[in-house]
Amino acid sequence: MNKQLLLGAEAIALGALDAGISGVYAYPGTPSTEITEYIQKNSAALEQPVRSAWSANEKTAYEAALGMSYAGKRSLVCMKHVGLNVAADAFINSAITGVNGGLVVAVADDPSMHSSQNEQDSRVYGKFAMLPVLEPSSQQDLYTATREAFDLSESVKLPVLLRLTTRLAHSRAGVEPTSARIQNPLNALYAPERFVLIPQNARRQYNVLLGMQEELEKLSEQSWLNRLITGTGSIGVIAFGIAFNYTMEVRQAFSLDFQVLQIGQYPLPRKQVESLFKKCETILVAEEGYPVYEELLRGYFGADNINGRMDGSLPRAGELNADIIAKGLGLKPKAVMPVPDIVVNRPPALCKGCGHRDLYDALTTVMSSFAEHHVFSDIGCYTLGALEPFNAIHTCVDMGASITMAKGAADAGLRPAVAVIGDSTFTHSGMTGLLDAINDRSPLTVIIADNDTTAMTGGQQSSATGSRLQDICRGLGVEEEHLRTIVPLKSHLEENMTVLREEISYEGVSVVIAQRECIETAARKKRNKTAST
Amino acid sequence: MHINIILAGVGGQGILTIAAVIGRAALQSNLIIRQTEVHGMSQRGGAVQSHLRISNRAIYSDLIAEGTAHMILSVEPHEALRYLPFLAPESRIITSIDPFINVENYPEIEDILAELCRTNHPVLVNAAELAREAGNARTSNMVMLGAAAPYIGIATEQLESAIEDLFQVKGSDIVDMNIRAFRKGQELSQTQATEP
Repeated sequence: MNKQLLLGAEAIALGALDAGISGVYAYPGTPSTEITEYIQKNSAALEQPVRSAWSANEKTAYEAALGMSYAGKRSLVCMKHVGLNVAADAFINSAITGVNGGLVVAVADDPSMHSSQNEQDSRVYGKFAMLPVLEPSSQQDLYTATREAFDLSESVKLPVLLRLTTRLAHSRAGVEPTSARIQNPLNALYAPERFVLIPQNARRQYNVLLGMQEELEKLSEQSWLNRLITGTGSIGVIAFGIAFNYTMEVRQAFSLDFQVLQIGQYPLPRKQVESLFKKCETILVAEEGYPVYEELLRGYFGADNINGRMDGSLPRAGELNADIIAKGLGLKPKAVMPVPDIVVNRPPALCKGCGHRDLYDALTTVMSSFAEHHVFSDIGCYTLGALEPFNAIHTCVDMGASITMAKGAADAGLRPAVAVIGDSTFTHSGMTGLLDAINDRSPLTVIIADNDTTAMTGGQQSSATGSRLQDICRGLGVEEEHLRTIVPLKSHLEENMTVLREEISYEGVSVVIAQRECIETAARKKRNKTAST
Repeated sequence: MHINIILAGVGGQGILTIAAVIGRAALQSNLIIRQTEVHGMSQRGGAVQSHLRISNRAIYSDLIAEGTAHMILSVEPHEALRYLPFLAPESRIITSIDPFINVENYPEIEDILAELCRTNHPVLVNAAELAREAGNARTSNMVMLGAAAPYIGIATEQLESAIEDLFQVKGSDIVDMNIRAFRKGQELSQTQATEP
């Protein structure tokens, strides 16, 4: 078959399609978004069909994928690393129930935090859940490993975690696909002894999972994703995931011949690691992410023949590259040209003409009349309101935290307590927090910045926008007279400030929905319309 | 054949389209390719770059190591300077001279040009002007691709056929306009190369 130029994320999507998935479930999140988008646009997937619309959040996505697996079909669920926190309850417990149809969880971590609030390492979750984890290092390997992950999942009857990081997710390479497998037939599993996790079942199922561990390690020992690149010398490298690429790059660039053990499947293949330790005096442990296995290999009392992130041979934080690995191996860095002094930073910013700008202009002016002017916010384009020249928001912690943190602050006595949250983030995990506030009659103003899309990740369909947001707020119990709608435009500034002032001064729960379509989405729609006429 | 290119610009300026054309042409020429992209938060009006590597042998790293880029191809002059540590000795910058000013402390354009002229034989391109001559200022990324074409190591016909493939859904007028822009850049680059 012909080679296709695919992002790592897209290679996963194609691998899953060719493995015969019946559905993909996901909430958008950089760097994982393109997996689902590829499936949504793929003509073969549309024909099948493969179910692919966006879920409200990662937990609903995960549970739906587990349900599809229960029904006997193969399903893929995708998220960014912090999304796995949201889905963690379902994820950990699905290791106890096990699966029926193949279930693969593709999680894209973001070391160096290019578009994230932390750089947590999902391999820790893999260990925590005691599941097999795959971490291929190239786009082609991602394709092949994803295909095989479904077979693996069905043979061990467990979900399989497929971990990748930003750099591979967002890098293109030629990928050669193999012929597609057909979807599984409907074959729902009647197995309450596995799926009803009351303690007596859970204890038995947990023992099944514990009993599987030896088998999983054996599979790792045999996996093509774990292999030794033979060589000479007393230094060896254990290269995990994409660290393998950087290590091999250094080996090639410096014409060196050290041994490299590539790790792409977990649990760690103990025998292969042991054999490398026997052959080498010093081992560099190169992991893209946390020093998860370095810590394990060092043991509590340390080991002075191990170099890695924990002894400063490699930096403790951030993504790796060939220059970092070279330095870690004690190789002399090249003299390079410096960045000229005149070069300035160009941080990301809200687009010109974006409605969030007008919302913040109104809100900041209103808030400036209060002695305490804290604005609790959330994750989306509007988070850029934290930067100059706006300085309009003062918190951004996790999806949905704006409403609940404002509520807690209001409970503590802070007045006013204001939250700013986007339409998609509100449906992701803001609604339940609003219910808490209503039940508690917390004096709180929630501003839903409704731009009709999930904008930051590139304009995906939002779960509820416009009048549906109003209906949700009403349903949760927001009083009609304190459910207001404004249009964030310069020409409405005075009017919008009046509405905000009124609602912020109300001693109860009020919601102001600021409705204006994302200008990027609007422009794209216009372009597509012109192109199609 | 082995070439490392740093593509630079500001989010929304179309460097990924340049990358897509080169990538497609490289694949059609049976070459190995790796090409990184920036998605998500940092692309909103921020500095963006793409590492593009083409070779006839295995490529391991998606990222280019410092001091090993054969070219910095930038659609914005200030952004070209940001990646100087990646440039190999004797390698060159090929950049548009049209500033994209969305920060208050943007340096003086004269200072930027002076820094660029300190590098090894830079190719400086009045991309917006040439793009307008081709029919639309939005084709300036294809002008820049044309300016880089003599140094990429892929046949012009392959690059032009990739432009055609990529833009054909938008109609033949758009294809022609982008080809015109590409050729204008290429012509300028060739003229500059023959000048002393």
